[in-house]
Amino acid sequence: MEDDAPVIYGLEFQARALTAQTAETDAIRFLVGTQSLKFDNQIHIIDFDDENNIINKNVLLHQAGEIWHIGASPADKAVLTTCYNKTSDSRLVSCAAVWRMPSDWETGSHESPDDSAHNPQTLELLCRLDDSAHGNAACVLWEPMGDGKRVISLADNNALLWDLQESSTQATVSSTATLEGKGQLKFTAGKWSPHHNCSQLATANDTAIRGWDLRTMSQIYCIENAHGQLVRDLDFNPNRQYYLASCGDDCKVKFWDVRNVQEPIKTLEEHSHWWVDPEGFTFPHTKLQWSSHADSSGSSLLRF
Amino acid sequence: MDGEADGSVTVSEDSGRRRRVHGMLKLYYGLNEEGKTPEQPESLDPCDINGPHFDPELYLNKLRRECSLAELMDQETCMVKQIRSLDSDMQTLVYENYNKFISATDTIRKMKNDFKKMEDEMDCLSANMAAITDFSARISGTLQDQHTQITKLSGVHTLLRKLQFLFELPARLNKCLELQAYAQAVSSHRRARCVLQQYSHLPSFKGIQDDCHAIMDKLAQELRQKFRDGGSSAKDLSECVELLLQLDEPAEELCDKFLSHARSRLESDLQGLEAEIRPYPSTSALKDASARRSSSAAPVGSPTDGSPKTSSLSSPSSNTDILEFIDRGCNEFVSSLCLVITSYQELFINHAQTGELASKNIPQMANGKLHAFVDDLAARYFSLVERRIQEEKGVGDNSLLVRALDRFHRRLQAVAKLLPGSAVPNQGTEIVIRAATERVKQYLCALQSFYMDSLTDVRQALATPRLSVAGASVAGGGALLGGPASGRDAPTSLPELLSSLSASILNQIKSVLASVHLFTAKDITFSNKPYFKGEFCSQGVRESLVVSFIKFLCQSSRQFCESAGDKGGSTPPALLLLLSRLCLDYETSTISYILTLTDEQFLVQHHSPVTPVTSLCAEAREAAQKLLNHYVKVQGLIISQMLRKSVETRDWVNTIEPRNVRAVMKRVVEDTTSIDVQVGLLYEEGVRKAHSSDSSKRTFSVYSSSRQQARYAASYTPSAPMDTNLLSNIHKLFSERIDIFSSVEFNKVSVMTGIIKISLKTFLECVRLRTFGRYGLQQIQVDCHYLQMYLWRFVSDENLVHFLLDEIVGSSAHRCLDPAPMEQSVIEVICERG
Repeated sequence: MEDDAPVIYGLEFQARALTAQTAETDAIRFLVGTQSLKFDNQIHIIDFDDENNIINKNVLLHQAGEIWHIGASPADKAVLTTCYNKTSDSRLVSCAAVWRMPSDWETGSHESPDDSAHNPQTLELLCRLDDSAHGNAACVLWEPMGDGKRVISLADNNALLWDLQESSTQATVSSTATLEGKGQLKFTAGKWSPHHNCSQLATANDTAIRGWDLRTMSQIYCIENAHGQLVRDLDFNPNRQYYLASCGDDCKVKFWDVRNVQEPIKTLEEHSHWWVDPEGFTFPHTKLQWSSHADSSGSSLLRF
Repeated sequence: MDGEADGSVTVSEDSGRRRRVHGMLKLYYGLNEEGKTPEQPESLDPCDINGPHFDPELYLNKLRRECSLAELMDQETCMVKQIRSLDSDMQTLVYENYNKFISATDTIRKMKNDFKKMEDEMDCLSANMAAITDFSARISGTLQDQHTQITKLSGVHTLLRKLQFLFELPARLNKCLELQAYAQAVSSHRRARCVLQQYSHLPSFKGIQDDCHAIMDKLAQELRQKFRDGGSSAKDLSECVELLLQLDEPAEELCDKFLSHARSRLESDLQGLEAEIRPYPSTSALKDASARRSSSAAPVGSPTDGSPKTSSLSSPSSNTDILEFIDRGCNEFVSSLCLVITSYQELFINHAQTGELASKNIPQMANGKLHAFVDDLAARYFSLVERRIQEEKGVGDNSLLVRALDRFHRRLQAVAKLLPGSAVPNQGTEIVIRAATERVKQYLCALQSFYMDSLTDVRQALATPRLSVAGASVAGGGALLGGPASGRDAPTSLPELLSSLSASILNQIKSVLASVHLFTAKDITFSNKPYFKGEFCSQGVRESLVVSFIKFLCQSSRQFCESAGDKGGSTPPALLLLLSRLCLDYETSTISYILTLTDEQFLVQHHSPVTPVTSLCAEAREAAQKLLNHYVKVQGLIISQMLRKSVETRDWVNTIEPRNVRAVMKRVVEDTTSIDVQVGLLYEEGVRKAHSSDSSKRTFSVYSSSRQQARYAASYTPSAPMDTNLLSNIHKLFSERIDIFSSVEFNKVSVMTGIIKISLKTFLECVRLRTFGRYGLQQIQVDCHYLQMYLWRFVSDENLVHFLLDEIVGSSAHRCLDPAPMEQSVIEVICERG
């Protein structure tokens, strides 16, 4: 990787949402959701060809609103979820929905790559994961390595476990967990653990990290003040079931063993020159930790 | 003529023969020729008739040639005359000699006759001698019988005397016993013993032997009794032992008895000592605990003025203090031990060496026993002393301990002199060394707890004045407002607290050093041991006391950053600031001062490598830096939290047109001001870049009119959305990158810059997560302008504030649904009114 020239891909709009498409096993593919208040937002499908070190892109329209979070189904590579903001009657609402990509996006883009920017195809809405009673959605998590039937959405201080039925066109809440406490608590990020038969969830709210047991929907551990400032994101180590990485606004990346949450195993301050606004992200088959920041002036890959 | 010639020849021959004969005679008698002077060399002339080389032929020829006939005739007659006289001479001589031979023969014959006579007489003499020998033999043969009889009689006599002695022995022994003349009795018995032993098969002797045995047993019994009583004087005792040894009493047993006797006495001493250690065994644990608790308080006062308090603490579990204890140990145990050693050596070793007992290896055996005995008892004594020393937990008055140890050590020297090979004095020195190192450890603990207590005091001092405004600060809407408020309320006390903290720590270190210094005082016996001269000073005092304390100070300071760090304001920020200044002071001056002081006081000669001043200073500086960085982070976090809450909790889409600066912004400025005051109390101003002439007046007008407007203008045309981003990105590329969490310098401006950077960056990040309506954007504009008016003065480079505030307004404009910025003049009016 060091030998190759860096591959740079520019977006027209600011973007905050990115995910790897795990259901796609043939190619290295990322989905990026843009944020624009004024224009139709887009989902960029980026294929990285590591043999030739080039990038292929496709753009799909996401007209519902600016995308704050994106998740790709682990089972069906055409299905994805987004969390988006939409304004209606000068009110701002955060919604979550399951979408299907049009089946011919790939062929279409290859035939006329120049037109794709002008005539992008639109996503097909499968179902909404809205539940007005539970507040604004912050993110939607697919069950890791599952059959694409179960998702969790984090909305304000609620974690909702949904069952998707009838080809994901129907969603019902099967169980919920609520974060209790004083003040207005709000989930900011979360990750579904791929370990323990996918029965655990880790969430971040403010400076705390919490673990949940999905079978009982109850809290199993809590790292208070995991970071000096807001916890931006977190992720599990795909190979070691108790290890968790988190990053926060205090410019630190911390690694935790959830069996002992008193002290982090390791703290990195690599980003002390930037404001870290990272997307903690562990690729499934490598041990790379990727953290980036929203200044769009650079990002770095850390190898462990 | 011929005849003459013949005749002359014969004459000459004849004369030659005569001459030869003459020479032979002369040779025989060893005479020199009277007629010739000895000096005159013998003529070599062959014509000299008297010369030895006379050649008659040559002479004759010469005469014939030279002389006339007459002369020849004269010559012949003269020669004939001479020959005749010579012949007569010779005849006389021969005759004389013949006579002499005759007389000699006569003499010999006479002697022969005499010898014969003498031989006869000798024969007669030997015959007589033989007769005499015969007689003498006969006489001695007759006397022999009588002689043997006399010898026998004298033998019988001595035997009888011996027998008489034997028979009298029991009575004599009894008498001796009565008179207590044990020595005489023993020597008498010794004389008789082997005889009795030899003849013990005879009944009468057996009786005597038995009697003697009985008596001697009684005597031995009495001696043993006397020995056992031990009350008698040393001389008696030694005599007693000597006699017992002579009585074949086994020496080993005697040694053992002697030692066990001594042991019982010494053990009673030891028990007395032990009783002093644990008179209250049940309460000792309790008191120990209380002592430990209050020991931290004890060193707060200087050791001298704290003496009434510490004297009760120094001996927590016994009535006596350690000096008394050691005194008692020395006077009772050690001195009696010395006495025992002396008398034992006198009895068994010195005495035995002179006597015949030395051959039985008794001195060696006795010496071995003595060493074992002394080692055993000394070990028990040492364990008691160590137990007592360990109870010496209070660090109040060190001189007492040092004096006690000195006495302890000094008294052991006596043992060393008495028993040169003994390990006891070395063990004693080791105990002293252990006590000293233990004491140094206790001092380190005391220093550490003193430091922690001082910190608690400082915390309290920082917290107390805050109470008055605690309500107000909570009501002010902030969540964690400990630091700024305290800084505001106790502005004068911070430097005072720092100086008093620093001074009290320094005083404490000095007093501890003074206390420890007692160990190396000149009048202390163990101070000249190599350990106290070298290792104790360098490793003990310098490294494990002073250096450890400084390291502890730095480390505990660092811990404030690490553990309490992310858990929010559990440590008051003011304390962080104060500690940072303390560490910095240590780095600049205090450490080198303390170490120089130590080195001077203890004349440390570093044989082993020691921690250099520079590395300690580096550690202190690192701690100071870390604390200050942490202070910046904590204060930044506090302000960040305010800003974050204020942004997150508001509905920015549906907000009213701004009329005022939001209260939280005023609060931010207030807190920043108080932080500025707080930091200014401890740190210098620092350098800042030159201000522009109207820093506070700098407006967003430039930004708003040119860049911002350009951006919005562009964004209204849907065809070029890329350009706006490109523009802002290019702008960012050229602007200086801001290191948010970078290390700060040790001055006020740098600290304030760090705090403001963190706060504004948080503000920016929060804004980027929100969506704004028109008035929301305008409110942000107003707020930023207000911050601009007040924050520029705190930072080193005002452009930094400008840049961050520009970013905030720019980002909120970007996140705005209806970006219609407010007029600059209106903003100014609102801000000035607020």
